[in-house]
Formats: sequence, C-alpha cells, structure tokens
Amino acid sequence: MTESNGRHKRRRLGVIAALAVLLGAFAWLIFGNLDQNVVFFLTPGELLAKGTEVVDKPVRLGGEVRPGSVKWDEKTLKLEFQVMDVDTTQVVRVNSKGAPPQMFRDGMGVVVEGRLGRDSVFQSTNLMIKHSNEYRPPKEGQKPQEMYRSLIKGSGA
Amino acid sequence: MILEAPKPGRWAWFGWFSIVFLIAAQAISIAISPPDRDMGDLQKILYIHVPAAWNMGICYLLVAIYSLRYLWKRDERNDLVAASAAEVGTVLNGLTLALGMIWGRPTWGVWWTWDARLTSTLIMFLVFAGYLALRAFVEEPERRAQWSAAAGIFGAINYPVVYMSVRWWRTLHQVQSAPSTLDPAYTLSLRLNAFAILFLCIYFIRRRYEAALTERVAEQTLQAAVLGGAARG
Repeated sequence: MTESNGRHKRRRLGVIAALAVLLGAFAWLIFGNLDQNVVFFLTPGELLAKGTEVVDKPVRLGGEVRPGSVKWDEKTLKLEFQVMDVDTTQVVRVNSKGAPPQMFRDGMGVVVEGRLGRDSVFQSTNLMIKHSNEYRPPKEGQKPQEMYRSLIKGSGA
Repeated sequence: MILEAPKPGRWAWFGWFSIVFLIAAQAISIAISPPDRDMGDLQKILYIHVPAAWNMGICYLLVAIYSLRYLWKRDERNDLVAASAAEVGTVLNGLTLALGMIWGRPTWGVWWTWDARLTSTLIMFLVFAGYLALRAFVEEPERRAQWSAAAGIFGAINYPVVYMSVRWWRTLHQVQSAPSTLDPAYTLSLRLNAFAILFLCIYFIRRRYEAALTERVAEQTLQAAVLGGAARG
C-alpha cells in the first residue's frame, strides 16, 4: 500500500495481460492439433487400415476380446486371443505371454501394447483391461459383453 | 492493510460434524453396497477416489475465484483463501492419483499408463505442488500473492481439461458414470461420501485460512514492534 496508484494500475494491467497470454496459449494447446496426438490406442480397423506403415512399430491396440477366441496354455504361459473392432467387426490376432489380469475374459475391453508382426499377428508386451463406467452387482443370466460395446465405441468420438 | 486475527474455536463443531459424517458415510456404504460383479469389494476404493476427484475440482475452482478476486481487490485475505484451497486441493489430487493406482493395478493390470486422463491429472498435481513451493520460497507477501494468483489460475484451468479428457480423447480410464450406469446402492453411497469429503474440505480450508491469517497478523505485529522500536531508538 506504499505504492502510488499509477504504478499499481500498470502492474495490474501487466498481470492481466500475462494471464490472457497464458490462457490463450493453453486454449491453443488444448483445442489445436493436440487431439490427433493423444490417441491412446488404435482399433483393429484403424490398425489394419494403416497397412505396412505400422508393421513392427510400437503401438497400442484396443478393442474387445472376441468371444471364443481365447487360448491359454498353462505350461508355456502363452496366451492367444483375437481383438475385435466393435464397429467394423474386423479382427486382429494377438499373441501374449504371461498370466492376464484377473478380469480378462471373453467380451472384455482390452488395450495391448506391442507390435504388429509381418505375419499380421500382434505380439503383445503388455496387456491392460479397459473397464467400462458400469458398476453392478452380478445378476443371473447377464452377459458382460454388452457393456463393452458402448465402451469402445464411446471412447473414440 | 492491517489484518485482524480470527476468533479461535468457532469452527470446531463443524470439524467434528464432518468427521462423524465421513465415518457414517463409509459405514453405510460398506453395509449397503453389494460387491461389484467384476471387481468385488475393490469397488469401494471408488467411494473415496471419485469424491476426492470431484472435490479437488471445487477446491481448484475456489483457487481460481479467490486468485482473481485478489488481483481485482488487492485484499490479502483473498490470497490466503486461495492458498488454503490449493493446499486441500493438492492433497485430494494426490489422494485421487494414489487410490486410482491402487484400483488400477488389479483392474487394468497396470499401476500407471500415460493416457490423457492420468497424464493430465498428474500435470495438474505437479502445477499445484509448484504453486505451494512458490509460496514457500517467496517471502514478500504482496509479490507472493501476485505470483501465486497467476500460478493458481493457470493450475485451475487444468481441471476442466482433466474432467473432459475422457470424452475428448481415447483413454484407458473409463468415462464418467451416471446413475443409469450404476447400481442404486452405489449411487447413494457415492453421493454420501461426496458430501462427507466436501464437508471435510470446507473445514480444512477454513482452518488453514485461519492459521494463515493468524500467521500474517503475527508477522505484522512483529514488524510494527520492530519499526516502532527503531523509531524510538
């Protein structure tokens, strides 16, 4: 309060101008090109559409575990399954090693990290479960698959 | 501006009320909500994780409002409210991250992944950790208030981005639940705990504000005494 009024006002203007610049830069970051760079995973359809461009490159693949496609070998710890695209029903075969997370099962949402091989089989190095926003106690005769349809579809838009 | 110390003990009843409410909310939610079909009782972590995430939004909104008010009115008390809200918000932000990781390991299979939601929440946490460090390093109250106001507003605009991140971008983190995607017992439990954390937040912000104000009053008194002594000598 020892400052003169003029200096005070100039300072306030300076702070407001700095804030405006900061906000502008932030908005540009968020609403600019950022959304194309923060795709966490590709769907099977998107991955296959890229063709040879993505072969042998580290990438994340996300979709639904195709019901009936899971093969688990307890002795060799080899896990084979197919990831299905909910929209296009396109499928990518995935090879993984090690025990999957507890909630891994038919129709579950998954995201796998790894590379698509030349033989079109995806070699997974890390397997993650994608949980939906639904939480319910178990009911008889209810199929868990249904909820992941909306999940994978909704997350892309 | 000469500040006046707050009257002590006024808010003690509210503190007790908040604690009792939280214990009751936890007890009720554990009693009435059945285990989830996928994750069993792990689901109960979400009764703190989600309310913590919501309430940190309220804290950061307060930071933004009181930082702007400070820049407008130059009343130091606004700066102290913003700082108190930032402290509580940062604690809730850390709690959100920690509980999210504990939930994520058995559910997703990983402690952490760099998706848009997790990354933006971590960035927001770091910005506010920086905000608190800034306050600790700047001695001069007016300068500290100005810099903090700018940092606080910058930090607070992260929150809407964090909130919308699951809708704007494809993430591993699920989108927001709604009463239609939850069992009614879960919805009720979540709301009870959300209010419990809100009350606790209000209490802590108030007490941190009282402490900060008392400290400033003590500083002013000391300063006046030193200056007065020098004038006389």
